[in-house]
Amino acid sequence: MLAAEQLALAGRLSAVSASLRPGEVAAICGPNGAGKSTLLACLAGLLAPDAGSAALDGAPLTAMPSGLRARAIGYLPQTPELAWDVSVETLVSLGRIPWRGAPAGEAQDAIEAVITAMDLEQLRHRPVSRLSGGERARALLARVLATSPRWLLADEPLANLDLAHAATMIAQLRQLSRTGVGVVLVLHDLAAAMNHADRVLVLDRGRLVADGPPPVALAEAMIGRVWGVTGRWLGEPGAQALALS
Amino acid sequence: MTRPLLILALSLALAVPLSLLAGRVWIDPFAPTTRNAALILVELRLPRAVLALTLGAGLGAAGAAMQGYLRNPLADPGLFGIAPGAALGAVLSLWTGYAAAPYALPLFALVGAGGAMALLALIAGREGGVALFTLAGMMLASLAGALMSLAISLAPTPFAMSEIVTWLMGALADRSWREVWIAVPLTLGGLGLLIAAGRGLDALTLGEAAARSLGIEPRHLQALMIAGIGLTVGASVAVAGIIGFVGLIVPHLVRPLTDRRPSRLLLPSALAGALLLLIADCLCRVLPLAGGELRLGIALSLIGAPFFLHLLLRMRRGMA
Repeated sequence: MLAAEQLALAGRLSAVSASLRPGEVAAICGPNGAGKSTLLACLAGLLAPDAGSAALDGAPLTAMPSGLRARAIGYLPQTPELAWDVSVETLVSLGRIPWRGAPAGEAQDAIEAVITAMDLEQLRHRPVSRLSGGERARALLARVLATSPRWLLADEPLANLDLAHAATMIAQLRQLSRTGVGVVLVLHDLAAAMNHADRVLVLDRGRLVADGPPPVALAEAMIGRVWGVTGRWLGEPGAQALALS
Repeated sequence: MTRPLLILALSLALAVPLSLLAGRVWIDPFAPTTRNAALILVELRLPRAVLALTLGAGLGAAGAAMQGYLRNPLADPGLFGIAPGAALGAVLSLWTGYAAAPYALPLFALVGAGGAMALLALIAGREGGVALFTLAGMMLASLAGALMSLAISLAPTPFAMSEIVTWLMGALADRSWREVWIAVPLTLGGLGLLIAAGRGLDALTLGEAAARSLGIEPRHLQALMIAGIGLTVGASVAVAGIIGFVGLIVPHLVRPLTDRRPSRLLLPSALAGALLLLIADCLCRVLPLAGGELRLGIALSLIGAPFFLHLLLRMRRGMA
C-alpha cells in the first residue's frame, strides 16, 4: 500500500489523503499547476512534505533508507534526461543501481528479462541518441523496470508519444499492473485516464477533489468544475472520447 | 572495458622505462657509460616519472569524475575552485618567504585546497544540488585568482614575483622523492573516493531526480566529490603547480573506448592521464629550448587549448 496521509506542501498541496493499492493503475489528473507532479514526487519519496506523510506499507518514505525505497519504488521523470549517449543495454543496466551487493548473475537476468519483455532485443547495442521517440520512451521505461520495483510512478509517460506508441505504452503499463505492480501515472489525457485507469485522482489547486473509478471521478460535472470546460463523453465504456463544446 | 585498460597498461609499461632514459643527458641502457647514470636515474628521473604518473592519474580521474558529476563534457576539475585555492596557498608561502622551509609550500597549498573544499561544502553542501555547487566553485576560483593577482602585484621583491609567476606555470623539473611521498598517498586516497562516487555518477546520467529515485543521496555524493577532487587536485597543485587541461582532454579521448558510463571511465582516465603527463614531461625535458626547459603547464595548455576548440566545434556540429 502506498499512502498519502494529510500531505501538505506550502502553496502546492493541501491535506491530500489517498491510499493506492498494488496491482492497480491509478491516474492523477488535474489542470496545469494543480500539484500532480508534486504529489507524484512526494509519493516517490523525492519531496519531503511540510506536513502529513507519504508511506509505503505503513513506513514513512522520508524516514526510509534510500536504498530500500529505491528498490521498491521506480520513478520515471516527466522529461527524462540522459547526459551520456549510452547504449540501450547500458541504459537499462542503470536500473540495477539500487541493488548494490546483489549477485551479478541476478542483475544480468533482470536486465535480459526486461530487454525481452520491452522488445528491445534488436536495439540493445544502439546508442540512445539513434532511437526514435517511441523506442526511446520504451528504453527509458525499461530502465525503471530493470529495478524490478513493486511500484511504478511515471510523470506524463504518454507526453510526446504518437497514437500507436501511446497505445503500446498503455498496454505495457496495464500488463505490468497485472503482475501485481502498483502503477501511478500523471496523465493530461483525460480519455486515456477514463479508458485505461482503474482509479482516478483529480487534483485542483493542490486539493484532492475526486478519487474513485474513472466514470465517477471524471464525470462531466467534475470536468466542468475543475477544468472549466463543458465536455461530453462519447462512445462505449473502454473506448470513450471527450467532446468539448 | 578491459581492452582499453590493457592497452593503456601496456603502453605505460613501455613508456615508463623509455622516459627514464630521455632527457638532457640520454642514457644508453646497453652501454651504461654515462657518468652518474645511476644517480640521474634514481634521484632525478625516477621521482619525476613517479610524480608524472601519480599526478596524471589523479588529474585524469578527477576530470572524468567532474564531467560525470556536472553531466558536461566540457567540465574540468579546475571549475571547483580547489586548484585555484591550492595555488593561492602556494603563492602565499612564496610571498611570505616561508616557501624556503622544507615542506612549507606543499603544506600551504594543501591548506589552500582544504579551505576551498570547506567553503564549497559550506556554501553548497546543505542541499547537495549541482547548479549551486558549480556556481560556488566558479566564485571561489575567481576569488582565488583575484587574490593571486593581488599577491603578485604587491610582491615584496622582484625575486618573489618571478618565483610566484614561474611556480604558477606548473612543472615537474627538479622534484625529488620528497614530493613523491606527499603526492602519492593523497592521490591514492582521492582516487579511492572518486571510485566510491562512481555509482552515484552513473545514476546522475539520468538527471538529479532520477538519481535520487535510484537511492543516491546527493549530499553524500557531493561530499565524496569534494574530498576526492580536493585530494587529487590539491596534491597535484601542491607539488607541481597548475597543470591544466589533463582533466579535460583525457576523459574525452578515453570515453569512446568505454560504454560511456562515468564509473567505467574513471580507471581508464587515470591510466591515460598518467601516460599523457609522462609523455608531455619527457617532451618538455627533451625539447631544445634556450634558457631552460619548457614548463609542463605551458606545454599542456599549448596542446589543450586547440583541443578544446576542436571539441567545441565538434559539439556545435553535433547540435546543428
